[in-house]
Amino acid sequence: MVNTTQPTADLSTAAAVKQIQDERLKEVSLLTRIMRRPELGALAGLILVTIFFLSTADPSMFSLAGVMNILSPASQLGILAIAAALLMIGGEFDLSIGSMVAFTGLVFGCFITLTGWPLLLAIAATFAVAAILGGLNGQIVIRTRLPSFIVTLAFLFILRGLSLVGLKWATGGSTQMRGIGAAANEDWVREIFSGNALEGLFSWLAANDLIAKFPNGIPTVTGVPVSILWFIGFALLATWILLRTRAGNWIFAAGGDANAARNSGVPVDRVKTSLFMLTACAAALVAILTVLDAGSTDARRGFQKEFEAIIAAVIGGCLLTGGYGSAIGAFFGAIIFGMVSIGLTYTRFDSDWFQVFLGAMLLLAVVFNNFIRRKVTGER
Amino acid sequence: MADQAPLIEIRSLVKHFGSVIALSGVSLSVHRGEVMCLLGDNGAGKSTLIKTLAGVHKPTSGDFLVEGRPVFFNSPRDALDAGIATVYQDLAMIPLMSVTRNFFMGREPVKGVWPFRHVDFDHCDAVTREEMHKIGIDVRDPHQAVGTLSGGERQCVAIARAVYFGAKVLILDEPTSALGVAQTSMVLKYIHQVRQKGLGVIFITHNVRHAYAVGDRFTVLNRGKTLGTYAKPEIAIDELQTLMAGGKELQAVSEELGGTV
Repeated sequence: MVNTTQPTADLSTAAAVKQIQDERLKEVSLLTRIMRRPELGALAGLILVTIFFLSTADPSMFSLAGVMNILSPASQLGILAIAAALLMIGGEFDLSIGSMVAFTGLVFGCFITLTGWPLLLAIAATFAVAAILGGLNGQIVIRTRLPSFIVTLAFLFILRGLSLVGLKWATGGSTQMRGIGAAANEDWVREIFSGNALEGLFSWLAANDLIAKFPNGIPTVTGVPVSILWFIGFALLATWILLRTRAGNWIFAAGGDANAARNSGVPVDRVKTSLFMLTACAAALVAILTVLDAGSTDARRGFQKEFEAIIAAVIGGCLLTGGYGSAIGAFFGAIIFGMVSIGLTYTRFDSDWFQVFLGAMLLLAVVFNNFIRRKVTGER
Repeated sequence: MADQAPLIEIRSLVKHFGSVIALSGVSLSVHRGEVMCLLGDNGAGKSTLIKTLAGVHKPTSGDFLVEGRPVFFNSPRDALDAGIATVYQDLAMIPLMSVTRNFFMGREPVKGVWPFRHVDFDHCDAVTREEMHKIGIDVRDPHQAVGTLSGGERQCVAIARAVYFGAKVLILDEPTSALGVAQTSMVLKYIHQVRQKGLGVIFITHNVRHAYAVGDRFTVLNRGKTLGTYAKPEIAIDELQTLMAGGKELQAVSEELGGTV
């Protein structure tokens, strides 16, 4: 408290005191600020895994081609994981993501092969179907007040079953639908959703001997698969939304305490429904990317991806109880995933160690997150 | 005349939940710069009453006037817009979120054009620090989680938030019930400050001592009805206690225990 009776005498001391306090404030906050980042665990995990493979794997793993090999599966999982992370921060689960990939793959395939729609329209329609299904998931969860775990578990089976039935119906008995790649028209839309990007840059890099190339001058890696760019773009967008926008604050609030958020005027139901729509659309995006790349779709698409996405989100710092986590953490989590699943083939270890690793990593992440949460909230 | 009208006035408010009669004719009013204490034992209907005032429930019948005009709230948002802010017992604060994010939750100031519209967090941090400073809480870092604050500090943050966002009436739902002595006096002191700013406060409690410390008038609620409203000079603390507990029965118990209840 500043003594108001002697303003002149106290002013300088008050300023000095304030300055000292401010200095102390910065010192304290540097360490705590790092501790407070939800993605800390995932980043540490990524560094550890990288060190492990640097010392055990064939050096070609970390060549440009090797990195692309790792990032391709990581990006597909990562798009799902980031959406799953946002939903988890919002306090809900979506176990139907994997089945949603298969189902929207089928829907997309049907739009292309059966209706003959142009690619852009087919993609837009697929996203619309996904958004409706996601919205349905969300509305059921909100109206019945059942745990989203159960509701989306039901949809895991419903959508997987529908994918099988639908594929057989559309193909006349097969569980695989082919010829989608051939039926889709080649235009700029296709460039955005399949193949490689930045090919000009890579040719230039090869011409200047900056990256490896074949004797005929074609670079060994001709470009970045578009899924990786989608992955990075989505991670950046999700992080910006979460940390810098009103919607982001509402997501944290809805997951932290839905009642408290509602009392403060946050439209919790709308936020949650939008998040369910987002996860469904992320699944549709992965379906479109993979179907266009492979030219076909089948009923096993996205199998168990819901669990992998949730694991990546948890490794990325999301709490199972909601209200805490980060999109960039899920981004790192998905890369860890890709690195281990692909990386083991570069080592002399049996690749089936992957699942063991996965479980161990999950357990470690949950324990670590719990510890961090207690630090952050000051629970003792 | 409009100036003289109470900030909030309700007359014979009734609320039924199916066959349960939660409120059967409650009347009270709160004026500018006044702390109106709502006393009642468990099950008296305090929670239903404040939830009705806050726009969570719709009254079954009765009059509800804000500054002399009848109002009908469809959601808590409507009540907020009318200047009625409620600080709930369970705080409406999210422990995992930072002080700043909690402070501006649901009312984040944005800048920029869509799709680049974003929350002005620098401004938010500055305001939070400033507002916390005003009520004497030294927030070391506005990014720290609310979970790290003490219960009393959290109550004060919740009240400060309501005041900052232009509340005319504050409804405080048992703000001191879970607090220790020092923390309670911190909150009571702050309630006193809020009154001096000219806000109306409805202070819900079942602790007569806390009520008597800051209250100007006291309304006692029992079994969904108002037993009466008394100004501070009209009633002594013991009388208030007896009234609130429903009279004779407790008095007997109290005498058995040597008058300490």
